[in-house]
Parts: sequence; C-alpha cells; structure tokens
Amino acid sequence: MSDKERLNVFPSRMALANIKARLKGAQKGHSLLKKKADALTLRFRAILKKIIDTKSEVGEVMKSAQFSLAEAKFTCGDINHTVLQSVLKASIKVKSKKENVVGVTLPIFESYQDGSDTYELTGLARGGQQIDKAKKSYGRAITLLVELASLQTSFITLDEVIKITNRRVNAIEHVIIPRIERTLQHITSELDERDREEFYRLKKVQEKKKKMRKKEEEEKAARLAQGDTDEAPTIFDDFKDPEILFD
Amino acid sequence: MAISAARGKLIAVIGDEDTCVGFVLGGVGELNKTKQSNYMVVDKNSSIGEIEETFRSFLRREDIGIVLINQNVAEMIRHVIDAHDLPIPAVLEIPSKDAPYDPSKDSILRRAKGMFSSEDFR
Repeated sequence: MSDKERLNVFPSRMALANIKARLKGAQKGHSLLKKKADALTLRFRAILKKIIDTKSEVGEVMKSAQFSLAEAKFTCGDINHTVLQSVLKASIKVKSKKENVVGVTLPIFESYQDGSDTYELTGLARGGQQIDKAKKSYGRAITLLVELASLQTSFITLDEVIKITNRRVNAIEHVIIPRIERTLQHITSELDERDREEFYRLKKVQEKKKKMRKKEEEEKAARLAQGDTDEAPTIFDDFKDPEILFD
Repeated sequence: MAISAARGKLIAVIGDEDTCVGFVLGGVGELNKTKQSNYMVVDKNSSIGEIEETFRSFLRREDIGIVLINQNVAEMIRHVIDAHDLPIPAVLEIPSKDAPYDPSKDSILRRAKGMFSSEDFR
C-alpha cells in the first residue's frame, strides 16, 4: 500500500471530475454489495438452523423406519431379495424448482409420486400390514431427506456466493476505494501546485509591468521638462490640408 | 438438463442391504434401459474402489438429483465426498442400522462448523 499505487491518469480538472464520479460509483457499489451480503447471510443462518433441526429429526425418523422394516422382516421372513429383484420404475421422484434470493438461484427439491407402487402385492401371504407400515415410514423418511437435500444444496450454494460477495466487498473497501482516494489526492495536490505556480507567475508579470510603466513615466517627465510636447496631432486641430493640384 | 428436470430426478442410495431394501420399498428404486440400478448394496465383500466408482458414476448421471449414502460407507470414501462440491446432486449422509449417526463426521456439518455456536446443537 505505497503512495505510488494509484490510477494512471493525467492530473487535470476533467480527470478529477471523472475520478470523483468513479469514487461515488465505487461507494455505491460497496454499499449495495454489503446489503446483498447481509441478506444472504441472514438467509444462510436461517438455513443452517433448519439443517441442524432437520438432521436430528431425520435421525429419529430413520430409526423408526428401520425398526418397522425389522418388524416386517420378522413377520414375513426375508423379503430383501424379493424387493431388490423386482425393482423396475421409481415411484418417488424429485422435482427441482428454483428460488431466487437477492439474485442467487437456489434449487429446491420436491418429491412427488410418479406411477403406481411396485410392491403392492409384496407380503400378500403374510405380514402385509407390517410391510405397508415400513413403506409408509420410509416414505416419510424420504420426504424429510428430500427436504434436507434442498436445504443442504441451498447451504452449499449460499456458502459459495457469500464468499464471493464478501471478497468483492473487501476488495472494493480495501483496494479500489483507497486507490481512487489516493488518485484524487494526487490530482488535487498537483492542481494546487499548478495554481500556486500560476499565481506566482501572475505576480511576477505584474511587478514587471509596474516597473516598465514607472520607467516610461519618468522618461516622459524628463521630456516635458525639456519643453518637448509630443502630443500627437488630432483631426480636431485647426489644420488646413495643403493644396495639391491648384496652388 | 431441462428434459431431465421436467421428468423428475431420481434418488440414489448407497448403503447396506437393509437401508437399500427400505428405500427401495419406499419406492425410489429404478432400473434404467441399460439395466443399471440407482442403488448399491454395500456388503463386506464390496471393495472401497467399487464403492468409489459407483458413487462417481451416480454423480455423473444426469437423472440423479440426490444421493443418499450410509454414514459408515461415506466414511470409507470420505475424500471423494469432500471433493464433491457441486450443489446437484446433493449428497446426504444417513444413519445406518448398525452405526449411530455422528454429526461431527458429516461433510456438510463439518463445513458448517464454526459458523454457529454450540447451543444450536442442543
């Protein structure tokens, strides 16, 4: 951060006006970016809190889901292979929507039912109720996990954007504005210097002119003293033109 | 991208047998045209390289929006998960049957650490 670090401009009145406009722009940009960063951080903190809450809730829901699956297994034996073999089409899918927070698009996932349940007939012989229960509790877990996923995605995106915004705010605050201010100072001092020079020169010229006038007056007085009136002739004097043709 | 978004995305699962069975029963399982499933059952015979490869292929697939992974499995391929920093697909760590959930190991929560005070944990 030396004194030398400033914009490369010729110190003139116009450059001064330009730089002043740039300073104003930089300050405006800084305050806007700062507001953006604040808004993002606000959102970010809310999401963080929600993530923590949801994570603990997911733990509970997963526990009950696993327990209900164990119940289902207990009543109708090993259904693992039946389930894994008959996979064909997903009946739960996620849609992603976009949400806009101060110009940042956050993806929001939403789960929806697509097509019929593949396992309608699983456990028809025995334990159908338990399997149904397991299905339901896993369904709930999936809904919750999808919610958590969108929170997490927003979290990552916001984290990134906040970092970038803060970097910009700091760059403007600590690099760009000081540089512009130093340039302004430089231009002002140069202009002042030039003003002083101009003033000095003016004084000098005045002094010289005064001297010359004084000298002239002295000479004139001397000539008057000698009786030499060197009044220039005017047309108002009674003066006859000499006849040129008819004498 | 637009087409797959309109179609809706899948949820992929990597985990032990019970976790996979549970979620597949819940209705997330799908076999695509090339007979590739969107879940992977990790047992004691699966090598770490295999899990890594599957996880990477899930990340590459356009039609997957969320990857669920058991935390003990996630622990095995932690470096791959930490290296994944794109928002989509979202990687979620879920507790498994035989390993309780440890929030301090979670990639996201570790990133979030230091941003909130301890009372938020409760």
